[in-house]
Amino acid sequence: MASRPENLAPPEIFYNDAEARKYTSSSRIINIQSKLSERALELLALPDDDVPRLLLDIGCGSGLSGETLTENGHQWIGLDISPSMLDIAVEREVEGDLMLHDMGQGLPFRPGTIDGAISISAVQWLCNADKSSHEPRKRLKAFFGSLYRCLARGAKAAFQMYPENMHQRELILKAAMQAGFAGGVVVDYPHSTKSRKEFLVLTCGPPSVNTAVPKAKGEEGESCSEDESGDDDDEEHQTVSISDRHRPKKRQKTGKKGKGRQWILKKKEQMRGKGHNVPPDTRYTGRKRKAKF
Amino acid sequence: MRLLTHNMLSSNIKGVVNGFPLRIEAEKVIHKEVDLNPDFLRNIFSKIEWRALSDAARSLGYAELPEEAEESMLDSDEFLGKFHHALLEIHLEEGALVCPETGRKFSVSKGIPNMLLHEDEV
Repeated sequence: MASRPENLAPPEIFYNDAEARKYTSSSRIINIQSKLSERALELLALPDDDVPRLLLDIGCGSGLSGETLTENGHQWIGLDISPSMLDIAVEREVEGDLMLHDMGQGLPFRPGTIDGAISISAVQWLCNADKSSHEPRKRLKAFFGSLYRCLARGAKAAFQMYPENMHQRELILKAAMQAGFAGGVVVDYPHSTKSRKEFLVLTCGPPSVNTAVPKAKGEEGESCSEDESGDDDDEEHQTVSISDRHRPKKRQKTGKKGKGRQWILKKKEQMRGKGHNVPPDTRYTGRKRKAKF
Repeated sequence: MRLLTHNMLSSNIKGVVNGFPLRIEAEKVIHKEVDLNPDFLRNIFSKIEWRALSDAARSLGYAELPEEAEESMLDSDEFLGKFHHALLEIHLEEGALVCPETGRKFSVSKGIPNMLLHEDEV
């Protein structure tokens, strides 16, 4: 990720009127947000009985993720720390209830009332100390502790997050475990830099068979739908010549026939694993052209 | 803010033992019609603190809810209609929520309650 808003300013200041409007008018962001919230809702694994649930959207912003919840028929309560974002949500007439709140202060709900919680790209903000009174560890503890209390027994929470590094991921996960949650991190498209997405999936209650972490997408070469035009065709023709190395050259295993079908299939599988759009394997794959072509 | 949310909210100021229910000081109340979904109402009923809901509805000018309610009443369409109206259609637009223990006011503007705590309340 090129720039991290977390490193620029506290959320309530970073998402000012201009930024909030920009955020909500970008069709790319809307698309990503709705895909992420769709996936988060899927990870919640609510019983398939068409009964609307009461869900929590933590860091709801302008209500983009909440819209997905409404489309699926659920009632939701959204909370966010940025008043500008909430103003836009009011303008867009979202169906859920909104609340100005800082998740690091703990959630102000009665115990056992909420059927599930989602959060899109918000939890990593807790790792920052934006005021002198902020202590990330304490804020994470307050957040996960209060979340555990307000969720109904067996309810799940699915948080999409962008931790900056291993330490942040560990910090967040540890805080969640200490609060009593069972669960872990699900990584969709782990081989891809662009479409890789991390979800923290937590279940309220002690670990058991049905609290097992759900399977990630794109782990076994499942093609990812995001369209990334292949720019790797040229790369294979590029060569880098190194003159001042005395090591004997590694002999490539290419004869007159080229690298062969096996090699091409292997490379295609690798690119699929990274989430690139790769044409299907057919009998034409790796076939030599006729001489007169 | 709907009464559904009000019924779940509780003040989480440091040291407060019983922050529920928050008292409502209403300045502006609006009504928005939404579709009735009996499944949702049946599902949420067990989680609702009935007393708090009927009191809150009364403070917003809707006195139709009975004082007590039990599971069996959910079979009556008339009751469901009232329950639905109170829970999902009455919105507190402007006003304040007051913590029952400390008297701290959380202002509500444009339907959004400001639940941010001061530093000494965390």
